Amino acid sequence: MFEYAPAPESRSVVEIAPSYGLFIDGEFTPGKDVFKTVNPASEEVLAEVAEAGPEDVDRAVAAARRAFGTWSALPGPERARYLFRIARIIQERSRELAVLESLDNGKPIRESRDVDLPLVAAHFFYHAGWADKLEYAGFGPDPRPLGVAGQVIPWNFPLLMLAWKIAPALATGNTVVLKPAETTPLSALFFADVCRQADLPPGVVNIVTGAGDTGRHLVEHPDVNKVAFTGSTEVGRQIARAVAGTGKKLSLELGGKAANIVFDDAPIDQAVEGIVNGIFFNQGHVCCAGSRLLVQESVYEPLMESLKRRMATLRLGDPLDKNTDIGAINSAAQLARIRELSDVGAAEGAERWSPACELPEQGFWFAPTIFTGVTQAHRIAREEIFGPVLSVLTFRTPDEAVEKANNTPYGLSAGIWSDKGSRILAVADRLRAGVVWANTFNKFDPTSPFGGYKESGYGREGGRHGLEAYLA
Amino acid sequence: MPETRVSVRKTYKLYIGGSFPRSESGRTYLVDGDNVALASRKDLRDAVVAARKAQPGWAGATAYNRGQVLYRVAEMLEARRAEFGTLGVDAAELDAVIDRWIWYAGWSDKIGQVYGAANPVAGPYFNLSAPEPTGVVGVVAPASFLGLTSVLAPAMVTGNTVVVLAGAPQVAVTLAEVLATSDVPGGVVNLLTGRAAETAPWLAAHDDVNALDLTGVSDPQLAAELERAAAGNLKRVLRPPADGNDFRRDPGLQPMTALLEIKTVWHPKGF
Repeated sequence: MFEYAPAPESRSVVEIAPSYGLFIDGEFTPGKDVFKTVNPASEEVLAEVAEAGPEDVDRAVAAARRAFGTWSALPGPERARYLFRIARIIQERSRELAVLESLDNGKPIRESRDVDLPLVAAHFFYHAGWADKLEYAGFGPDPRPLGVAGQVIPWNFPLLMLAWKIAPALATGNTVVLKPAETTPLSALFFADVCRQADLPPGVVNIVTGAGDTGRHLVEHPDVNKVAFTGSTEVGRQIARAVAGTGKKLSLELGGKAANIVFDDAPIDQAVEGIVNGIFFNQGHVCCAGSRLLVQESVYEPLMESLKRRMATLRLGDPLDKNTDIGAINSAAQLARIRELSDVGAAEGAERWSPACELPEQGFWFAPTIFTGVTQAHRIAREEIFGPVLSVLTFRTPDEAVEKANNTPYGLSAGIWSDKGSRILAVADRLRAGVVWANTFNKFDPTSPFGGYKESGYGREGGRHGLEAYLA
Repeated sequence: MPETRVSVRKTYKLYIGGSFPRSESGRTYLVDGDNVALASRKDLRDAVVAARKAQPGWAGATAYNRGQVLYRVAEMLEARRAEFGTLGVDAAELDAVIDRWIWYAGWSDKIGQVYGAANPVAGPYFNLSAPEPTGVVGVVAPASFLGLTSVLAPAMVTGNTVVVLAGAPQVAVTLAEVLATSDVPGGVVNLLTGRAAETAPWLAAHDDVNALDLTGVSDPQLAAELERAAAGNLKRVLRPPADGNDFRRDPGLQPMTALLEIKTVWHPKGF
């Protein structure tokens, strides 16, 4: 591996306050309690953040309800202008936001700078343009907003998930109460300030920080009309049960265990880049990660050799270093989960391999890891690990590949690597997954609908289809 | 020779996997003088197995073919007007039923165009979103013939297979006889008569059912319970309409789109 001099991004570009309140009705207000958010790369406390109790959630929902009347009555072009403003402010302040995101989440600055932030701005820009064109979206001549949206998002792409939730909700005339994940609240609170800078009317966006209980109060609140959740399938199930019988509209973007299928005619180097991007992008904290590699037997050996060589060049370390490929695991709890499932993988008989990789002393780290000799019965082939851990299986025929790929309760995404067009299209047809990447992986775009089949949830985010989740 | 011939009566049975079995439980119940099969939990599970088995073939048929099969249903209904008349379906309703089958028949090769999209992503990629059937759909059907048609046809036309808990049993079983003679492959529609309140909870909780249409459930408490049970494997749930069931209205796209998944395929462009 080449030696690189450290190239750290400056952390002083962003100012972090010692403490943050809840953003309700355009103001920061205290909550019932506080919790700390830490930098997972150093375990240093970044800030103290308010924890919203039931009364705080009540206040936020009431503010969103008050704001709904005027916001939904605002002509589309007016709503659009606020969203365009937000998109522009995000572009202008993207360096601050990228650093903040990497500090609070642990993801490499190269990813927050080049992937998360550009997509966040693009998402607001795309939806801004919909605000005055909804009657052309194909959901009837008079599409109407639902009311107050309660939105709960995960910690893996904190600001991007916020954009996926807030941009379509606002464009369609809804108001929102959003709860960011308890380990990554800072970029959402920064976004509250972006809303103020944009002079967004108070109450249109409310941010309540907290953990699972805060989220539960929000989704179960009787005055919420729409619930949108991204997170684990287990919590998604609980939310679906809680929402049953209430008439609230629900969209769920849940877990995945995507198959990344490599056929014998695939260009090996490209496939290896795709495999690495598929599972090690964002430390594998990606619901659509290509966590099950299915390799055609005849190319298994050269592919694995190439993959291992490539993995040996991955740089793990300081998320703020511009050369870093793999940053920190987001939390101690997540690290424990990854360790536990990896140990199970080894105990169940799969063979574990990682490149030589020095882990920093402080913080939460996990070396990029692959398991070979994995069967479909192994837990590491069935359960979402949500970390930089790849399970490798093999197949002989396209039928077998499809069979194995679909042998999961999940159905979020899948990958296909082949040089044969007819095979790609035939396999894509038969994969039960909402997003299929052929000869590419982990690509996202605001115009492209994202969401799962089966127990990966329902509803789509992004594109024309994503609007449906916020319209009556 | 007697003056009037003793008539041959019909036995109303279940419709599972293209056959007309009695309930495995041996149970029947009396409806307007007829002994009708009273479906059990086991019949329901058999129906789900049949629906799952038939699903890939039906989804894999061309849209043109599925459209012709639905049109054939309308033709066969036309031929059975007299029988539906004796079951109390008036001519106006039967017209509406036949027209609705034809309307949905025509959607088979258009819904993908209307509900899909070519997405202009910011990069050199081909990116196409297309609808696909959700899979096996469980339906608690409304009692009226137009209601039954209005939940069955939109589920089928896109390639889903269906397990229906029927309301009015004689009309529903007679429709099943129409389906059986309309080139609808066995297992695409499976129809159970009996007490929906007894079988529906098992349908809602069944892990090999992908979606649940509750249009025919009039009790809000039962609808909520079924929706809760459906969360076990995250079924897509079509709730009973809040503003009542007037099936004469333009159904719109929602009865079809609620039972569709959107699949988005990416591929790089380049020389």
